Amino acid sequence: MKVRAQIGMVLNLDKCIGCHTCSVTCKNVWTSRDGVEYAWFNNVETKPGIGYPKDWENQKRWNGGWERTASGNLRPKQGGKWRILANIFANPDLPEIDDFYEPFDFDYDHLKSAPEMPAFPTARPRSKISGERMEKIEWGPNWEEILGGEFSKRSKDYNFEGIQKEIYGQYENTFMMYLPRLCEHCLNPACAASCPSGAIYKREEDGVVLIDQEKCRGWRMCVSGCPYKKIYYNWSTGKSEKCTLCYPRLESGMPTVCSETCVGRIRYIGVMLYDADKIAEAASVEGEKELYDAQLGVFLDPNDPAVIEAARAEGVPEDWIISARKSPIWKMAMEWKIAFPLHPEYRTLPMVWYIPPLSPIQNAAAAGQIAAQDDMPDVKSLRIPVRYLANMLTAGDEAPIVSALERMLAMRSYMRSKTVDGVVNLGVAKRVGLTPHQIDEMYQIMAIANYEDRFVIPTTHREMVEDAYDLRGGCGFTDGNGCSSGTTGGKLFGSRKFVTPAEGWK
Amino acid sequence: MHQFIFGTYPYIALSVLLLGSIVRYERDPFTWKSSSSQLLRRKQLVVGSVLFHVGVLVIFFGHLVGLLTPIQVFDALGIGHGFKQLLALIAGGVAGAMALVGGLMLLHRRLFDARIRASSTFADTGILALLMLQLVLGLGTIFVSLQHLDGHEMTRFMAWAFGIFTFDGQAASYIVGVHWLFKLHLFLGLTIFLLFPFTRLVHMLSAPVRYLWRPGYQIVRTKKRGA
Repeated sequence: MKVRAQIGMVLNLDKCIGCHTCSVTCKNVWTSRDGVEYAWFNNVETKPGIGYPKDWENQKRWNGGWERTASGNLRPKQGGKWRILANIFANPDLPEIDDFYEPFDFDYDHLKSAPEMPAFPTARPRSKISGERMEKIEWGPNWEEILGGEFSKRSKDYNFEGIQKEIYGQYENTFMMYLPRLCEHCLNPACAASCPSGAIYKREEDGVVLIDQEKCRGWRMCVSGCPYKKIYYNWSTGKSEKCTLCYPRLESGMPTVCSETCVGRIRYIGVMLYDADKIAEAASVEGEKELYDAQLGVFLDPNDPAVIEAARAEGVPEDWIISARKSPIWKMAMEWKIAFPLHPEYRTLPMVWYIPPLSPIQNAAAAGQIAAQDDMPDVKSLRIPVRYLANMLTAGDEAPIVSALERMLAMRSYMRSKTVDGVVNLGVAKRVGLTPHQIDEMYQIMAIANYEDRFVIPTTHREMVEDAYDLRGGCGFTDGNGCSSGTTGGKLFGSRKFVTPAEGWK
Repeated sequence: MHQFIFGTYPYIALSVLLLGSIVRYERDPFTWKSSSSQLLRRKQLVVGSVLFHVGVLVIFFGHLVGLLTPIQVFDALGIGHGFKQLLALIAGGVAGAMALVGGLMLLHRRLFDARIRASSTFADTGILALLMLQLVLGLGTIFVSLQHLDGHEMTRFMAWAFGIFTFDGQAASYIVGVHWLFKLHLFLGLTIFLLFPFTRLVHMLSAPVRYLWRPGYQIVRTKKRGA
C-alpha cells in the first residue's frame, strides 16, 4: 500500500444553473493573455451538444486517453512512445484552433470614431490571431448555449451512443443539462504520459497535474493525449498550458477560483487518500463498465486505522488525514455513491467527479399515472435519459446512476415529509439504502452547502520539505528571466516577452 | 579574406553556437521551444513539415558523417572516393529535394497564411528563408560535382572540415580555388551556425529521444528532501 493524497472535486450538476461565473472568473485570473484567448481552463457546456472543442468526447476521432492492448497493458490511444515520436513533426491527432474557435474581438473604437454616416456605425468582428476582419463568426465559445443550433448538429453528441435519439429532437421531449468542465487532475494522466519532454508531472503531495513551462518544448503531444482536451497550446509562447487547480490558492487552504465564485454552490473540494500501487491495475481492467468500480477500489478509507498508520508512514501530514475524514468528496463518491467520474472509459482515473442532475418528469400529463411511491417517480420517467447520463459518467452502466438519482429523490421526499408534514419517513430512507442520519447529512452538505462543508482543504506543508533558510532573499513567483532585476528591453533570443495575466488586461 | 572566412569564421560561428546555446538554455529556458504553428493551421503543415524534417535530418547526418569521418576510415573499408561522392550526390540530392519541397510549402504558408504570418517573428521567417537558400545552394553544387566524379574535390572538403575540428591552422588552404558555389554554401552554413542560438533551431538540441527509455509513462514530482 502506497498511500497518496489527492485533492478531488465534485460538481453537483443538479444545482448548476449554467451562469458561467466559474468560466469567467477563471479566465480573468488565468487566460486573459496573448495566445490563450481561445483557452478556457474551465468551460460550461450545454448538453446534449458536441462541446468544446468540437466532438471532444469522440475518441475514435481524437484518439485521446488510453487503450488496453491485447496483452492487458495500457498504452496511450494515440500510440506508444515510438509512435508518438514518429508523429512529432506533424501530429495527426491535434485539433486545429477552429475546432475550439477562432478568438475574436470587435472594433469597438469605430463606434466613437466613425464620421457622420447615414447609418449607425457598428462594431464588426476581427480575428485576435491574424488581426484581420472576420465577415461572419461561424463558431465561438459556448456556441451551443441552451440548445443553440440545430438538433441534427447537436445530436452528434457522443453520449447518445445506444439511444434512439430522434425523439429527443422533438420539442415535447427536449432535455438539457449543463456540464462545467476543467482539468480532471487524473490519477493516470494521459497528457503526462504523452509528453516526450517529461514536462508534465503530477505533484506527489496533492495530485495536482502541472506543466513545467521551462521544460515544455511545445511538441504538443499532450493536447492530443488528453481525452478531455483540457490542455491548451499557447500559440504565442509556443508552450502548452492547463488548469492548475489554482494551486497557489489550494496551498493556503483556499478553494479554486471556479469553486469560490460558484453562484449555485455546486462545487466541493476535499482530500481523497488512494493507493498508488493500485492505479495501473485499476486503469487496465478489461471491461469499460468495470472502470468506475475499479477506481472506487483505489480509494482508501480514511477512517481505517491501517490506512491512517500507512499514511503517516508515507509522510502524509496529520491535518491531511483529518481532512480526508471530513472530505465531502469521500462522502459523495464512496459513502452515498452519488458522484461519478466523467468518462471513466478513457482509463485516466479522473478526479473531478459529477453528481448527475435530476430532471422533470418527461410527460406532465402522464405524471399522475406513474406509480409514484413516497412521492418518488420512477427515474426512468425523468426527462434526461438515464442511459445518456450513464454514457457520460459510468461508461454506460445504468445501475449506479439509477441508484444515485433515487437517493437524491429520496432525500427530497424524506426532507419534505420531515419539514412539511413533520413525519420522519423511514420507509423512503430504507428503500434507497440510507439511514436517516445519512440523509440529514446529505441534505446539510448538498442542499444547504455551507462554505466549510463544501471546501475542506488542508494547507500545504512546505516547512516539512523545504529549509526556509535557503529561501531567504528569494524572488518568489517569477516567470521568464528568473530573478534578474530590472527590465530587459532587448530580446536576444527572439521570443515575445512573457505577458502576465495582469499585463494582459492593459 | 579566404583565410578569415574559412579559417577564422568557423571558430567564431561554432563558439557563438556553443556558448549562445548554453547561455540561452541556462538564462532563458522559457524561450527554448519548437514554436509549432500546427494549432493555427494544419493545411500544408503535415506534408510540408514531414518532408522538410526528414530531408533535413538525412542531410544533416549525411554531412556530419561524410565530412568528419577521417578519410582513412573510408579507405580502410574499401569505399572509393568516387563511389562515396556518388553516394553523397544521390542521397543528398533526394533528401535535399524532399527538404526543399517541404520547406517551400512551409515558407509559403508562413508568408501567405494570415494567421501564421501574424504570429511569426522575424527570426522565424528569416531562418526558414536562409535554410531554403542553403538548400538551393547545396543542390546547386550537385551540378558542379557532376563535372568531376573522381571524388577528389570532396576529399578537400573533408580535409578542411577535419582540419577545423582538429585546430589545423592550414585548414583554409585546403579549399583554395574550389568553385564559388561551394564557398557560398560553406559560408552560409557557418552563418546559420552563428544564428542558431537566436532562432527556434535550438529545438533540435532537445529532440526528446530520452522519452524512449523513460521508465514507464508517468512522472510524479516530490518535494520531499533527498528524493
